[in-house]
Amino acid sequence: MLDDFFIRALLVGIGMAIVTGPLGCFVVWRRLSFFGDTLAHSALLGITLSYTTEINMALSVFVTSSIVALILLKLQKTTNLPSDALLGLLAHSSLAIGLVVIGLLATIRFDLMGLLFGDILAVNANDIILVWIGGATILVVLKIIWKPLFASTVNFELAEAEGMKPEKYNAIFTILLAAIIAISIKMVGLLLITGMLILPAAMARNISDNPMQMVIFSVIGGLLSVLIGLFASLEFNTPSGPSIITAGLFLFILSLSRIKKKTQLNN
Amino acid sequence: MTQINNSLVKLENVGVFANDKWLVKGVTFEINKGQIVTLIGPNGSGKTTTAKITLGLYKDIEGKVQKFTEKIAYVPQRINIDWTLPIRVNDFMNLTNTLTNDEIKDALEITGTPHLINKDLKSLSGGEFQRILMARAIAKKPELLVLDEPVQGVDFNGEIALYELIKKISDTLNCGILLISHNLHVVMSKTDHVVCLNGHVCCSGTPIDVANNEKYQEIFGKDISKILSVYEHTHDHIHNIDGSIEKKK
Repeated sequence: MLDDFFIRALLVGIGMAIVTGPLGCFVVWRRLSFFGDTLAHSALLGITLSYTTEINMALSVFVTSSIVALILLKLQKTTNLPSDALLGLLAHSSLAIGLVVIGLLATIRFDLMGLLFGDILAVNANDIILVWIGGATILVVLKIIWKPLFASTVNFELAEAEGMKPEKYNAIFTILLAAIIAISIKMVGLLLITGMLILPAAMARNISDNPMQMVIFSVIGGLLSVLIGLFASLEFNTPSGPSIITAGLFLFILSLSRIKKKTQLNN
Repeated sequence: MTQINNSLVKLENVGVFANDKWLVKGVTFEINKGQIVTLIGPNGSGKTTTAKITLGLYKDIEGKVQKFTEKIAYVPQRINIDWTLPIRVNDFMNLTNTLTNDEIKDALEITGTPHLINKDLKSLSGGEFQRILMARAIAKKPELLVLDEPVQGVDFNGEIALYELIKKISDTLNCGILLISHNLHVVMSKTDHVVCLNGHVCCSGTPIDVANNEKYQEIFGKDISKILSVYEHTHDHIHNIDGSIEKKK
């Protein structure tokens, strides 16, 4: 009944939502939403590099984003500029360099809209494998580093004083973010990746009382966004990536009613 | 030989230079098992900095820090829990280690906070939060416990009880404690070794030694030093003066 391309899109979207759920919680907890944006912007540079050097797009994006992330960690230590200024600096310059490189490659036609917003309906079997295997790897690593990463999220110095090595785990987490961006860039595009990371987690924050609960709700929220968004895009013929994010926004608005009740109770 | 075995951490002439000035300089002391070392000094004298050096939180330091234990618990001066993070007392207790429910309950019991176990951390008052920080550190059963102003925001009776507790922890766990406190007279009576800081070590020794030291009296004023001396002198009779203990009679 459903077309093949639609089932493929569903499989990819579901795989993605399971991974962006927990990662998104850390992005929200650590106030990294702008950081995700920066990585996503630098991904454009990775894409153009993959066209010029003909290496795999996901790999190229992963490497570029990781390098930008590590440059940021380095700059944070060596300069006195606040993090948001450094993020802006890296985001805009890597985006600009990416666009300049595109300009230089006048012979290749780019589907810029496709890169910015992705096309989940155009995924093939390889993409599904990439998302599920890559996603599973990310989740396994996240599970392993969960405790020290969470401790350093709550308080860096406390974690460091008690031997949790927060610096190391922060770097690993950054690489995981670069990885999820690399595997999902084709599906939702670079402008919408942070949306997938933040919206379900923000929705989950409104209805959760503890960290584990928030992670579970975040995954559920992501899954619902994908399902509602994709079916809506089929029904109303709207672009699929933005439809998924819009569905996430609706879920977030619904979750606001719970937070109102909670604050009243607390008072 | 025994002395080497008992030593938990040893600071030799350590200092931190940051933003064109010395935060603290030339600090030397050692913490042994079962010993309480107290850092005192005016604001900005480098107490917290010294505690952080001891914990290894500064990367660039002068001098030498030798640590002989990995089982360390830290009660920082202040922690801000971000609103974006939903976290209950129960989750916080398990932050850097994995405890059984009984261990958590026991630790909360000791600090008088078992009723808070399912409360959100952000809903706690300053004093309640301070007790939770203590409970978490105790539950770890550390060999070295670093307490930075652990009774901030705790009411007066609670404060005395918490200092009693600190003494008890040091006795029962036989752990070394590095204590920072502004409450001189309560702290001094429980301490084995006092280090008086003012950007550098201005004097150190037993509480009585320090209280009688001229440099110490210069920093804190003669009056407060006198109170201290008097307090030390009447140490045996404190139970008659203290309200909460009088009730027991």
